[in-house]
Parts: sequence; C-alpha cells; structure tokens
Amino acid sequence: MDDTRSDIGAQGASNPFDASLLGSRLFPLMSSGVTVLQVNMGRLCNQSCRHCHVEAGPGRVEVMGRVTLEACVNILKERRYPIVDITGGAPEMNPNYRWFVQECLRLGCHVKTRTNLTILLEEGYKDLPAFFAGSRVEVIASLPYYLPDETDRQRGEGVFEASIEALKILNSFGYGVEGGLALNLVFNPCGAFLPPSQKSITEDFRKELKKRYGISFTGLFTITNMPIGRFLKFLKDSGNLKRYMERLKSSYNPVAASNVMCRQTLSVGWDGSLFDCDFNQMLGLRCDHGAPDHIEDFKGAELEARRIVTGLHCYGCTAGAGSSCTGAVA
Amino acid sequence: METYYNPEDLSKFSSISEGAPELWKKFSEWYGAVFAEGALTEREKSLIALAVAHAVQCPYCIDAYTQACFEKGSNKEQMTEAVHVASAIKGGAALIHGVQMRNAAEKIGM
Repeated sequence: MDDTRSDIGAQGASNPFDASLLGSRLFPLMSSGVTVLQVNMGRLCNQSCRHCHVEAGPGRVEVMGRVTLEACVNILKERRYPIVDITGGAPEMNPNYRWFVQECLRLGCHVKTRTNLTILLEEGYKDLPAFFAGSRVEVIASLPYYLPDETDRQRGEGVFEASIEALKILNSFGYGVEGGLALNLVFNPCGAFLPPSQKSITEDFRKELKKRYGISFTGLFTITNMPIGRFLKFLKDSGNLKRYMERLKSSYNPVAASNVMCRQTLSVGWDGSLFDCDFNQMLGLRCDHGAPDHIEDFKGAELEARRIVTGLHCYGCTAGAGSSCTGAVA
Repeated sequence: METYYNPEDLSKFSSISEGAPELWKKFSEWYGAVFAEGALTEREKSLIALAVAHAVQCPYCIDAYTQACFEKGSNKEQMTEAVHVASAIKGGAALIHGVQMRNAAEKIGM
C-alpha cells in the first residue's frame, strides 16, 4: 500500500487531476452535500479478487467494531442522510452486520448492501437472502461477467458457479424479478481497459443470464477498475500501468467529473476514519482541507461543505462515461 | 532489441500530421465519423476493424482494436470468431486462385 500511495495518491494541489478540474471549472472539487453515508464494515472477505482495491481476503483482521457502528447510527440520527451504502470486504462477515442494517432501517434510511454473492452460500450466512427480503434492502451484487472464465479469473475458481446459485436464490426471494425487490449487479472489466457502455452491457447480461440460467435482475452498474490495491499490482506486474493511466487521463470527461460520487458521499473506514470515497480510504487519504477526518470529531456542517482530496487515481471515476459505486455517471 | 514495430509508436500516430496537417485533419474527422454509431453499432464496427487488422496484419491496429473491442463490450470468444472470419476470407482468397492455377495448367498442359 505504501508504494500505491507514493505512485498514485497524495499528489497535493498541483496534481494533474486538479489541473483537469481547473480546465473544466471544477477546481477545487467540493462536496455538494452528503446524501450517502458509505460504511466500510471491514476488509475481511471470503474471496480474494485479483482486482480488489481493498485487498480484502480471509486473512484480513480489520473489522469495524460496535462503537464505530453506533457512531455511524448517531450520525444518521443527527444528519438524516437518506442512503446508507454498506460495503467491505464482505460486510456480512461483520458480527454486527444484521444489527446495523436494522438500526439504519429503523431510522428510515434506504439501505444498499453490497454482496459478493458467494458468502450467501457459506455456513452461518445462508439466512441472509431471507433477511434481505424481510428488510427490503437493496442488494448490489458483484458479477463481473456472464461467462465463467472471465469471472473465475478475476474472483477465483468456482466463484461464477456459486454466484449463479446465489442469484437464483435471490430471485426466489423476489429480488430482481418484475415488481420485486432491487437487485443490481456490478460489472467491472476483467483487465486493463475501460468498461463498455452501461446500457449495452446491461442488455447483454439481461439476455445471456436469462437464456443460460433463467436469472433476472433489476439493473447493472459498470465500474472502472481503480489503479489501487491488487489491481495496481496487476497493472505493474503485467506492464500495463503506464498505458492504463494514459487511457484514464486521455478519457477525462468533464460531465463525469461534475457528477463524481464523492461530492455526495461520506465514507467511513473500519476504524472510524473519514474519507471522501472508498478509494481514498484504501490509499489512506483521509478527509482534509480543514474537515474532520475521524468519526469521533464528526461535524456535519463542515463535512457537507468540505473540499475533496484528489489524486491521479481520480481519473478512474472521470474516464469515459465515468464510474461510481452506482455505475456510470455521464 | 531494435524492431521495425515499436508499441510506443501507437501513441505517436498523430505526429504524422506534421508535414500535412490538413490531410491529417480530414483523415481524423473521417475516421471518427466512420466509427461512430450508425446503421452498425460501435461494437460491430470495432469487431470488423479487429478482423481487418488481422487481414492487413497491422500490429498497431490489432493492439488498438483488441482494447476497443473489450471497451465496446465484446468478449474473447466473439473476437476470436471475428479473426477466424478474416482468416477464412484470406485463406479462401488464396484458395480461389487455385482455379487460375488449374486454368493455366490446363492451357499449357497436353
């Protein structure tokens, strides 16, 4: 992670991304008010995906504790942020996961929970589809492709088959079916290239998953792979880093830049640190420019008008049609 | 090792404008229009370009359109089939000339 920071992040005010923002009259990039509290419940995961910016896996021990989660609940009570986006790692592996979801729902928040799908088949988690449906939370599920080879190369041997099984279970609980609960899939490229148009790849997924497996879903988000964590390592090891960064930079889209998710998001790390997004979180770039950077020092008004911390990796969210935790933005 | 083809030259393509800027401008505009969505989708056009790149054996084009095909939503299976189409036409084009060979042989033979 240290070389990640020195190569990509922490470029300060003079980084090229800020120059791009300046050219599109968006510098300095400011929060437009928080509508999404994104809570990263920890880096523990049952998968170890090759592209994971979190570098999550079964051996990780960083898991958000009850005190920090209670602080998140208090923030939601105080600021009434309408959306809670729960991520990880596999957030379901946090022992306080179910409690936290229920607290958020009790406050009237719309809860989006991210799942890697295969966790839903593991002992101790098989009740989760019923829990999701009972809570009526939005499920956002990782499935990088509708074919086994691409998926398994990125996420591990056997992940595709297990993911298909989990999707069928979610469908059986009313997720992703017409008039049912929201099941959104996440596509990300299986390599060093930008995602295709969200509209066209959604059509492909819809047709192929229905034809091959009888699976339906609500929508699909295309997410660009960020040059952080394991994907950065892949870029370096495969000799693709320079070309990929040039691709991101040359595809800078001012419309995407004006719609980047960090402007409406506040990201909480497992230890209560505050970030502009999950990517800054993995680079260790906390909220700055005078805004509080830890949940213990939370000041809503300051954070809702904060200046965003930027770096070269931000080109990942502004390339082409843009990228966010809810897909393309332009 | 020095080679005639250098991967880094791909990003220098626009340097060919030096010396004939007007011609480059016209080429760029036409090229952009050709690959824009029309009666064919951008994805279909990229697959055609990938196939032609193999037929003309241009390493720059193969590199560029492999990436373009992925970014337009094609997968390796589809891209491999596109290369087979190009190869079949190349192979068929060679083989059909065998008829000329047979005609010539017929003419000069007894």
